[in-house]
Amino acid sequence: MRALLRGLRFRRPIRSSLAVAFLAVLCACGSEDFSEAEKKAIGSLSLDALSDLPLDEGNRYSGNRAAAAFGAVLFNDEGLSGAGTVSCATCHKAERQFQDDLPRGVGVAETDRRTMPLAGVAFSPWQFWDGRRDSLWAQALVPLEDAREHAGNRTAYARYVKARHGEAYEALFGPLPALDHLPSNASPRGDAAERAAWERMTLRERDAVNRVFANIGKALAAFEETLTPREARFDRFAKAVMEGREPEEDAVFSALEREGLRLFIGKANCLECHNGPRFTDDHFHNTGVPPVPGLAEDRGRAAVLDEVQDDPFNCLGPYGDAAPDACSALRFMQKDAALFERAYKTPSLRGVANRPPYMHAGQFDRLEVVIDHYSNAPAAVSGTSEIRGVVFTERGRKALIAFLKTLDGEP
Amino acid sequence: MTTQKRSGGKGLVLAVIGLLVAALAVYAGYRLFAPPPATVDMTYNTVSSDGLYQVMFETDTLPIPLNETHSWVLIVTTPEGEPVNDAEIGIDGGMPAHGHGLPTEPKVTEGLGEGRYQVEGMRFNMGGHWEIRVGINAAQGTDEATFNLDL
Ligand code: HEC
Ligand code: HEC
Repeated sequence: MRALLRGLRFRRPIRSSLAVAFLAVLCACGSEDFSEAEKKAIGSLSLDALSDLPLDEGNRYSGNRAAAAFGAVLFNDEGLSGAGTVSCATCHKAERQFQDDLPRGVGVAETDRRTMPLAGVAFSPWQFWDGRRDSLWAQALVPLEDAREHAGNRTAYARYVKARHGEAYEALFGPLPALDHLPSNASPRGDAAERAAWERMTLRERDAVNRVFANIGKALAAFEETLTPREARFDRFAKAVMEGREPEEDAVFSALEREGLRLFIGKANCLECHNGPRFTDDHFHNTGVPPVPGLAEDRGRAAVLDEVQDDPFNCLGPYGDAAPDACSALRFMQKDAALFERAYKTPSLRGVANRPPYMHAGQFDRLEVVIDHYSNAPAAVSGTSEIRGVVFTERGRKALIAFLKTLDGEP
Repeated sequence: MTTQKRSGGKGLVLAVIGLLVAALAVYAGYRLFAPPPATVDMTYNTVSSDGLYQVMFETDTLPIPLNETHSWVLIVTTPEGEPVNDAEIGIDGGMPAHGHGLPTEPKVTEGLGEGRYQVEGMRFNMGGHWEIRVGINAAQGTDEATFNLDL
């Protein structure tokens, strides 16, 4: 016998329900056809519900304006790459929501994943489609050393920053170490020659280079923190609904857009994962998106649980600035790989209609295909898809897409 | 004279009543629209399935936040209200309707004394019905308590 005693609920003060009833009487306006539950959902998705950006305790330069300005320079600096041809902005284009409209990002060569847009990225506890880094600054170090992206190495970057940005660097981070005697190219993640050169360096030299490398990441992260989501038509509509007034001008939703919104927050179950003001739960799900033929096997988050815990640049590592207690994402992470087979981070849907293709490897080229996927709910090639098919009418399909378009921010 | 006085008194009484009504209306209006006090602790309270423990939790974040890692304080007592210290405690849970667990692995990180335990790493990643199971192992025996939350 299980005694399931329902927990004592915090007694909702009568006055708030009275107030709601009162408002409803006051205003028999266009928002009255949404139920209380629907209104609650609409409000929860609105940009007004976005909390203040939390500072990253692991990055002493989080929220630092001078660091953000230096980070902006680095973000656009092609010098920060092996051949001087690739910057972060090569793939993360400011005028394109900081992505590149390609199925898979292309630096020195084509990668296996789609370039992610960056608005609101600092709110996310995990970075990358599989969350293999636990902070923005640790994330930034990965493409810099990836052979298909910036294709450089940390020792070369430390020397480059000293030569090209020495003054700006030292104004923020203090004196640069002696680097001239070090090999031109050395890294534990480089090719065989670079790894061998790294092995020949003393521990102290490696630590000095790692510190400069981490600071490059911290400046880049401070810049990326400034990339916040933009207000969309949906937000103006939601504000009116929440305030119980009639939406005006471009905030007026067509019947189709309202239907799409209703489906999204209701029968279509999209809120299970795309919730909150960024339309993401920041978690990882297997949604049965098929792999791209010809690419290396991709198990999603299941493959990287050890990598993020062993990363020397993670929150608990020697280059993070946080007290261990503050590393809550890492300390309490779900570590059961079976739950994460082919699971990917729920992407934000803000601005989504404006930036095809979709999914972690650009599998789908149009929103119509995305909606078909949610309707057909194919089985996953490995692991179990969490999607239970929802049958959409032709109009329902159009309605969902019409709603997604209302999430486009200002150009 | 007296009549006049009296009617003046009546007017005063009426005026006072009028003022009272107005003040009440203003107060009611204020109560109607004032946000709930920010410091109320939400307390959940249940008995473990074999009746060994009374289990409560508190959170000072109201309402329980979505997509934010936060902490709870669990309070474990005997049914008679004696605090249970030094218990081994495990936390698990999920959404029965969706067949998935918690997005994190919450843990008791500190015994605070008087049957109170700090639980860190609580996180809920969607609205709806969640079940939190608390496994307790102490001198009284092993038992499990379940909380049902609607977020
Ligand atoms: C070659 C193209 C390319 C370059 C250059 C590049 N990125 Fe990316 N970026 C990507 C791709 C592709 C992903 C997703 C990769 C994955 O999940 O494995 C990504 C993911 C990210 C993410 C994760 C976003 C999220 O929501 O999880 C951030 C942040 C980011 N990049 C920042 C940067 C920074 C900073 C730089 C420069 C140091 C950079 N990128 C350079 C293509 C690129
Ligand atoms: C079980 C969680 C879950 C549910 C439910 C869900 N999504 Fe998704 N959604 C995801 C994940 C995870 C991805 C990325 C999958 C991948 O790349 O493999 C995604 C991707 C998308 C994309 C592509 C975005 C991009 O940038 O690539 C769109 C659009 C989208 N979902 C819309 C919806 C709509 C509309 C619904 C409701 C019909 C819905 N989703 C329901 C988790 C979910």
